[in-house]
Amino acid sequence: MNDKIPMPDICLYFQLHQPRRLRRFSFFDIGASHDYEDEAENRRIFNRVADNCYLPAGSLLLFLIKKFRGDFRLSFSISGEALDQMELYRPDILEIFQQLAATGWVEFLNETYSHSLAFLFSPEEFHEQVVKHRRRIKNLFGQEGRTFRNTELLYSNALALKMEEMGYRTILADGVDKLLADRSPNLIYRPAGCRNISLLLRDYRLSDDLAFRFADSNWSGFPLTAEKYADSINARGGIGTVVNLFMDFETLGEHKRKETGIFHLLEELPGALLKHPGCHFLTISEATKNHHDENIFDSPEVISWADEERDASAWLGNSMQQDAAKTIYGLEKKVRMCKDENVKKKWRILQTSDHFYYMSTKWSPDGDVHRYFNPYESPYAAYINYMNIVDDLSSIAGTSSRGKL
Amino acid sequence: MHILMFGWEFPPFVSGGLGVACFEITKALTSLNHALFFVMPRHDHLQEPSLSDFTRHAPDKSRPVFDEKSTFDNLTILSLQARFRPYVSFNDYNTGYHAENNDSSADSIYGNNLFQEADRYGRKAAGLVRTLPFDIIHSHDWMTIPAALQTQKSSSRPWVFHVHSLEYDRAGERANHEIVSIEREGLAKADCVIAVSARTKNMIVERYGISPDKISVIYNAVSKIENRKHKDTTDRNHKKTVLFLGRITFQKGPDYFVEAAALVLEKMADVTFIMAGSGDMTGQMMRRVNELGIADNFHFTGFLQGQELEKAFAMSDLYVMPSVSEPFGISPLEAIAYDVPVIISRQSGVSEILKHALKVDFWDVKEMASLIISILKHPALGETMAKEAYAELKDMQWKKAAEKIVSVYESLITTAVTHE
Repeated sequence: MNDKIPMPDICLYFQLHQPRRLRRFSFFDIGASHDYEDEAENRRIFNRVADNCYLPAGSLLLFLIKKFRGDFRLSFSISGEALDQMELYRPDILEIFQQLAATGWVEFLNETYSHSLAFLFSPEEFHEQVVKHRRRIKNLFGQEGRTFRNTELLYSNALALKMEEMGYRTILADGVDKLLADRSPNLIYRPAGCRNISLLLRDYRLSDDLAFRFADSNWSGFPLTAEKYADSINARGGIGTVVNLFMDFETLGEHKRKETGIFHLLEELPGALLKHPGCHFLTISEATKNHHDENIFDSPEVISWADEERDASAWLGNSMQQDAAKTIYGLEKKVRMCKDENVKKKWRILQTSDHFYYMSTKWSPDGDVHRYFNPYESPYAAYINYMNIVDDLSSIAGTSSRGKL
Repeated sequence: MHILMFGWEFPPFVSGGLGVACFEITKALTSLNHALFFVMPRHDHLQEPSLSDFTRHAPDKSRPVFDEKSTFDNLTILSLQARFRPYVSFNDYNTGYHAENNDSSADSIYGNNLFQEADRYGRKAAGLVRTLPFDIIHSHDWMTIPAALQTQKSSSRPWVFHVHSLEYDRAGERANHEIVSIEREGLAKADCVIAVSARTKNMIVERYGISPDKISVIYNAVSKIENRKHKDTTDRNHKKTVLFLGRITFQKGPDYFVEAAALVLEKMADVTFIMAGSGDMTGQMMRRVNELGIADNFHFTGFLQGQELEKAFAMSDLYVMPSVSEPFGISPLEAIAYDVPVIISRQSGVSEILKHALKVDFWDVKEMASLIISILKHPALGETMAKEAYAELKDMQWKKAAEKIVSVYESLITTAVTHE
């Protein structure tokens, strides 16, 4: 360890999301039933993930934060859909997150309420979903949202500009190589065209070491210990560096089960890192508080943290996905006109990005990841089911606009 | 390697998947530079292989019972006069036979029932090939079992029995027990069995008690279609068209297609359903269509080949294979080669390897109708399916199947050598 090189700051951030599963909806159900959600399945899955991940990982994080008395800090973004289901099915988990908030060392970010692609389709809807989420986070955790992250780290210059307008101080994106060229993701950037908002880029290599490769015995870095991981992180050291470890919370216990030793690694990690003097864990807002460098990150096109392409193709890559998205956002006018909260709620649930993800026809190695998460037999089954439901929604939205159902 | 194959007639006298598969396998094996002696039954028909052919042309009794045809490249075809073709049922054989011979069986060179004919063919074929230099015997489906069995005995060469379908597939619980026992004998006595799908392999293991170690799964494939016609849906008058193409018989589930069509037509008016093919259930299907009141939207085209076949695919928006029990199912692959998306029965071998298709249980008529409607309503669906499925075809080549077959041959020949 070279003491002359400053240690990087570390931003550990977890996303937590659960979509609403849709029930099997055949063509013949259109007009006959308006019940789209598979509540039994939602409950079952939420409980499973809560038991494998939210409960043990959440408790462990709470323990570590208290143990290190504020030296260990982190950030979370929890989607509106996940919060709703948490309240409904597992209020005990919500308790834990509220306790985390109460420590003062955990920042809660804002995102679109329905974990949706709304930014790409409807500015008005996007704005509403962000405001709704901001309010929810304020109510549940007492925090004013200062940091924004869009669904699956979808990002572009236009998004950054919009979030700056909405008053956010920091925004997140993936540190995609094609836009960084030779530059490091471990610096704080300024989105092109913006003046007040800061950008933190995910160090995808380090993040994925933990989120994907951790349990892969074929990986050269296997087995990953807290020491090894801490060393890799510190190797990123330098002036003004910050290592952004952004990942799915389900990594801890759900994707990587307890047997892999993931909780053990998590437990050792803060200690292993804090051993190095000058090493700080920060929340996102803290990391960018004193940002004044002007490293510009220019993303005219939409990027994301998904697949190898790091773009929107996971959700909108084929013509079925594009048709589905066009159709659901095409209903916006009708939905707003009918002024029925029930219809709007259903419309929002159908905007969750997962539904489009299930329709993907990518069969690359990343495709295996798709298949693991996909409750449908095929992307076609996903599309058909979705479109049948949207068909029904369209008819009730139409009916409602003439009077309540 | 010198291969002796007991097979079926080549195009244009092709009667379904079995004939196609034999032909393609033969082509592929010879292209791999193996020499092939191909023994086929020949009956003097010239048109479509419907069963009424048996009564159309009286056999020329003065003709010798075998002809050595042209030897080209590595292929020598030996045809033997015989009165059977694939899929002919016991009763149909008898009907045709007696109609021809006015109930007097004395003068006919042919066996007076299907089994006798198979035996007769078997004896003649075994005698025919006695002097040929082959390393291995390869037969296809049950009717050539007597031929292969006798040849195995007299030549002491290993025998590969290739199962394209079983009596239980063809007739379900109405299986003819004599055919089943012939199949059982063949499966037991063959040195190795090739099944066209895992589904067929399982049926052989479970219904016939054969050890799984003896059975290799080698999937069928689809031939490249040169100069294929692309789907022509630019025609403004084009009505949405749904195609059923196959034998109109129990095994292929035509009745489920008809019921699903009726459900679709309750919800969508402008759809045309085409039933292309012929078979013992044709009359029944026509009556049912009339009963359901959907005759205006239904066409029966009869058996199609060549350009007519091409046209049928080219004009379809969707192909449906509602088979009750399909060991493999080449025809959906042919549809895909014409950019037509497919709905296939889960009870089929091809569903094991085809990913980009909609799958349904053959009996689930409501779901079948729902899927049909979805494809017709959402162009993006059919387009994506057709495109992705077409890309899958490149891994389904006859050459690959032939290479696997050769590995099976080689493993048997090595074993045989070490036993000598």
